[in-house]
Amino acid sequence: MTIKEPDAGPPGAEPEPGPGPGDATGAAGTSAAAVAAAGGEIGRASLWHDAWRDLRRRWVFWGSAAILAVVAVMAALPRLFTAKDVNQGCDPNAAKLGPSGDHWFGTDLAGCDYYAHVVHGARPTLLIGVAVTLFALAIALVFGLLAGYYGGLLDALIARLTDVFFGLPFVLGATVILVAFPSHGVWAMTLVLVLLGWTTMIRIMRGQVIAVRDADYVQAARLLGASDGRIMARHILPNAIAPVIVVATLNVGNVIVGEATLDFLGVGLQYPEVSWGLQLNQAKDSFIDHPHLLVFPAVFLSATVLSFLMLGDAARDALDPKLR
Amino acid sequence: MLTDVKDDPAPPPPLLRVDDLHVRFRVRGRDVHAVNGLSYTLDEGETLAILGESGSGKSVAAQAVMGILDVPPARVERGSVRLRGEELLGLPERRRRAYRGDRISMIFQDALTALNPVLTVGDQLREMYRVHRGLGRREARDRAVELMERVRIPSAAKRLGDYPHQFSGGMRQRIMIAMALALEPDVLIADEPTTALDVTVQAQIMRLLAGLQDELRMGMVLITHDLGVVAGVADRIVVMYAGTVAEQAPARELYARPAHPYTRGLLASVPRLDRRGAPLVPIKGTPPNPAVLPPGCPFQPRCPRAEAVCAAEKPPLTAVAPGHDAACHFAEEVHRARPE
Repeated sequence: MTIKEPDAGPPGAEPEPGPGPGDATGAAGTSAAAVAAAGGEIGRASLWHDAWRDLRRRWVFWGSAAILAVVAVMAALPRLFTAKDVNQGCDPNAAKLGPSGDHWFGTDLAGCDYYAHVVHGARPTLLIGVAVTLFALAIALVFGLLAGYYGGLLDALIARLTDVFFGLPFVLGATVILVAFPSHGVWAMTLVLVLLGWTTMIRIMRGQVIAVRDADYVQAARLLGASDGRIMARHILPNAIAPVIVVATLNVGNVIVGEATLDFLGVGLQYPEVSWGLQLNQAKDSFIDHPHLLVFPAVFLSATVLSFLMLGDAARDALDPKLR
Repeated sequence: MLTDVKDDPAPPPPLLRVDDLHVRFRVRGRDVHAVNGLSYTLDEGETLAILGESGSGKSVAAQAVMGILDVPPARVERGSVRLRGEELLGLPERRRRAYRGDRISMIFQDALTALNPVLTVGDQLREMYRVHRGLGRREARDRAVELMERVRIPSAAKRLGDYPHQFSGGMRQRIMIAMALALEPDVLIADEPTTALDVTVQAQIMRLLAGLQDELRMGMVLITHDLGVVAGVADRIVVMYAGTVAEQAPARELYARPAHPYTRGLLASVPRLDRRGAPLVPIKGTPPNPAVLPPGCPFQPRCPRAEAVCAAEKPPLTAVAPGHDAACHFAEEVHRARPE
């Protein structure tokens, strides 16, 4: 095991300061132990650890995370918030009532409890926002990685296809498709939104991969016998993913806005589904006289979207060392 | 240690033999001849230094030997690279990949950029054993610690979870060396291993490399432009100029009696303690553009003793002494003349 290196060289040459050349190891050992005793805060310092430390100090992060946690619980377990089902116990004689003790958020056009509707509206809204983003993220990661890494024909093909879809106007494209298939539910909406929204992330991913691909450590990994698959998974993906994660977070908010827009225009989800966008659509004729029909879903929608956008911003600040 | 190049058609083939290697880049429709007929052999336990200026083709040649040239712009036109007699050029990528890191390995100039910033050094060391040897997590971890101890990283087990940026430059280079030596390769190519380090650390790293080389009986190809780094460790030296061999000789012989005006120029341009106060003599001009090489001797435009024949004819590599070749029309005369 021992090698014939003359011990530690000229005094002072060892990077760790020590009383003499022979003691360098001992000195480094104690300092490492001191660090470990201090809670290991200094020891762990990857990009993600730094980002987390940075995030933890931001009230914006905690605020938006709290709002999103409430909305997520609302979407997952609406029964925790309301005992009523959607479109149940409606009384047409008590339509369009303002907020009261019985109906916290008042009643809607058909006399149903508006609070229950708003609570139940969280699920489709959040589901579509998250599902669309996850699908688009998956497409971006796989094809952006392949296109950026291999280049050539595959890259040209993917890049041009991205350009084509990038050029489609969102509202127009979605309207055309959704009008052609009138009986669409949450998943059809998801599909349409993915189709029209996958391009942003793949562009960023591809650009990142191209930037990372020529890094020395990728070359070094290849030199030491790593295969293409391993290089992509271990070396390129972790170094290219941070900006894509940021955009994905921002994207959830944008998708929710897009979905609500389509609902509001009447081409998105249809009654008897519930969603915040649909509620805005139904409120559009009477909100001058009954503002609560507009205000409650709008507040929930805005708070959710804003939280995603602020979360994305916080993540960007935390992941970009230059902004620190 | 002075191996005789002329004697090698003996039964056991040399550890590494590069023959008449030509590498060409196609850049904007023009051919750039980066390597033009490089040949050398390397034996077990031997250190061969490849000495050359920037742009002399030394790194490209190393990449060709490793088989990691970017093939669309670059192309190995002809030549052969044999590892223990087995031809590497033209092997399918799968086979070559299995050799890389395992039987022939390489260390880079700048360890900061050559280590993945988001993985711990432990992860990166373990990966070597997991990729090539298929070891389990625990075993790979133990081997990684052993490896870090071997390259003398203090409290190795504790530092396994640290990221590359938490190490000093010298320690990072040790980790690079550890990765390259993880599988005990037969051949190590070190591409300017100490250029990014300060002088005292340079000496440590070179001593470490020399020690490990002795221990593992590796052949080492040391690529450098630094005559000082070469002097202490190289057994033989190949001087490259414009992608081809200008001169090759055992290290001591080359320093004592250079047979090529270029080598002579290089030696004269190095500051020496025994000639304090004497002005340094630089080589005039710049290396030729590899896209438009002069027809004759590539060094001729800068050569102090160039004559008409130099511009017309490319000098062949000829022996001036056993194991000492130079590509100069006047090699004999340069060799005979005492330097100083």
